[in-house]
Amino acid sequence: MIEVTHLQKRFGQLLAVDDISFKIVPGEILGFLGPNGAGKSTTMKMLTGFLAPTMGKVSIWGCDIETDKLSAQKQIGYLPEGTPAYEEMTPRSFLDFIAEVRGYNKSERVERIAFVTEIMALESVLDQRIETLSKGFKRRVGLAQAIIHDPKVLVLDEPTDGLDPNQKYQVREMIRGLSKDKIVIISTHILEEIAAVCTRVAIISNGKIVSDCTPRELEEKSRYHQAVTLKVKVQEDLSKFAGRLNDLDVVRSVEKNEWELLVIPEHKDGSLLPAIANLVKEEDWQLAELFQEKGRLDEVFRSITEGGPHVGS
Amino acid sequence: MLGVNTVLKREFASYFATPIAYVFIFIFLVLSGVFTFYLGNFYERQQADLTPFFSFHPWLYLFLVPAVSMRLWSEERKSGTIELLMTLPLTKLEVIVGKFLAAWFFTGIALLLTFPLWITVNYLGEPDNGVILASYLGSWLMAGGFLAIGSCASALSKSQVIAFILCGVVCLLFILAGFPLVLNAFNDWVPAILVDTIASLSFLTHFTSVSKGVLSLRDILYFFSMIVFWLFTTAVVLELKQAN
Repeated sequence: MIEVTHLQKRFGQLLAVDDISFKIVPGEILGFLGPNGAGKSTTMKMLTGFLAPTMGKVSIWGCDIETDKLSAQKQIGYLPEGTPAYEEMTPRSFLDFIAEVRGYNKSERVERIAFVTEIMALESVLDQRIETLSKGFKRRVGLAQAIIHDPKVLVLDEPTDGLDPNQKYQVREMIRGLSKDKIVIISTHILEEIAAVCTRVAIISNGKIVSDCTPRELEEKSRYHQAVTLKVKVQEDLSKFAGRLNDLDVVRSVEKNEWELLVIPEHKDGSLLPAIANLVKEEDWQLAELFQEKGRLDEVFRSITEGGPHVGS
Repeated sequence: MLGVNTVLKREFASYFATPIAYVFIFIFLVLSGVFTFYLGNFYERQQADLTPFFSFHPWLYLFLVPAVSMRLWSEERKSGTIELLMTLPLTKLEVIVGKFLAAWFFTGIALLLTFPLWITVNYLGEPDNGVILASYLGSWLMAGGFLAIGSCASALSKSQVIAFILCGVVCLLFILAGFPLVLNAFNDWVPAILVDTIASLSFLTHFTSVSKGVLSLRDILYFFSMIVFWLFTTAVVLELKQAN
C-alpha cells in the first residue's frame, strides 16, 4: 500500500506540488492525468525518492521514502520520464547492471534477463548498443529494467509518450497483464490511455489533485454523458428533427452539426435514448445512425483543469 | 557496500565502451613523454631516475584529470540517468565512491602504461626502483585528489564544459598554493604560519617530496584527506540538488 500525506514541493517561488494526499491499494492502476507542468512528474520523483519533499510524507508499504529510503526503493520499479538509459551499454549489460543492483546473483540475473527479454520482446536487440535503438525499443528496455525485480510498485512516467499506436497497445497490454497484487502508477496526458488501462484516475492541476475517481465516473461528469447523436440521411431533416426533439421533456438542449444532431439529456438517468427511439419510431424518421455517448473525457479534462464550461452533475 | 562494486564495474566499463579511454590514455602517454624528454631534459641530466617524469605530473593532471572527471555527474544529469541511478536501492555513498574509484582505477591504468619509461631507465642505468615505486604511488594518490575535486565540480553542473573549467581552476589553485613564486608574494606581509598553512594545502608541496621518492605518512594522509573531503562535498552538493 502507498500512503501519501500532505505532500508538498516548492522550487523557489514555484509551488510545484501543493498538499497532495492519497492512498493506493494493491490491484489499483492509478493514472495521473494533467496538463504539462501540473506536477505529475514532480510527484513521481518524490514517490521514488529522487526528489526530497519540502513537506509531507510518502510511505511505500510502511517504508518511509526519506527515513527508510532503500527499503522503499527496493519495492519500486521506476521508468523516469524520457526513458533515460546508459546509451553506450547494450540492453543485456544494462539489464545485468540493474539486476545486480537489485541483489540478484549471476545465475539469477541470467534468468531475470531472459524473463524480461521475453515479456518485452527484446531478443533481437539484446546485444546492440542502446543509443542505436529505436524509440520503441528504448522504451521497452526502460520498462524491462523497471520490472526486472518483479516490484510491488511500478511507477511509470509517460510510458507511451512518443510511441506508435502498435507500441502503445503493447505497453498497455503489458501494464494490464501485471498481476493483481501490484500497485501501478502511470502519468499521462493522453486521455484515451486512462480509459484503456487505469482503474482510477487522479487529475492534477497546478500542483493539486482536483479530481480522484474511476474513469467511468469521470465520463459521467461529462455533460455529454448519455447524450444521443442522430445522424440524418437528408440534410433538410435537421431543423425539423431538432424542433421536435426540443419539445421532449427529457431533452436539455440540441446541438446541430452538418449532418448530426447531438441531444443533451436533462437528467442522466438513461431516459433519453428510449424516449428518442420512441419518437423516431412514431415519426418514422430516416436515420443513418443513432447512438448514445459515454461522455467525453477531453471535455471533462478541460473543464476541470481550466475551469472552462461547467461540469454537469 | 556491495553496491560500490556494481557501480564501479559499470562505470569502469563505460570508459572503454567509448573512445574516451583510448584518446585519454594516448594523450597522457604522448604528453608525459614530451614533458620528460624535452622539458625535463631526461638524457642531458645523465641520471638514472624518473624525477623529470614525475615532476611534471601535477601540470599534466591539471588538464587531463578534469577531462576524466567532468563526465562523472554532468553526463548523468544531462542524459537523465541520474534519476535512474538515484532511485535504485543504492546509497549515495556507494554511488559516489563507486564512481570515484572507477575514475581513479582508470587513471591508474594510464599511469601504469608509462612503464616503458621505467624499463628505459633500468636499461640505461641502475635507478633506485623503490623510489620509482613510491613516486608512482604518490602520483596516483595525487591523481585521486584531483579526481575528487573533479567529482565535486561535475556534481555542480549539468554542463561538462563548466565542470572541466571549474575543476581545472580549483586544481590550479591547489597547485599554485605551493608554488615558490606565489609563496614569496605572501612572505613579506603575511605571518609565516599562514604561509605555511597555505603551502601545506598545496598539491605541489606534498608532491615535491613524493616525486623524489619520499612517501611519508603525512603526504599520504594529506592526499587521502583531500579525497575524503571532496567526496564528502560531492555528497553535500548532490543532497542539495535533491532538495531543490
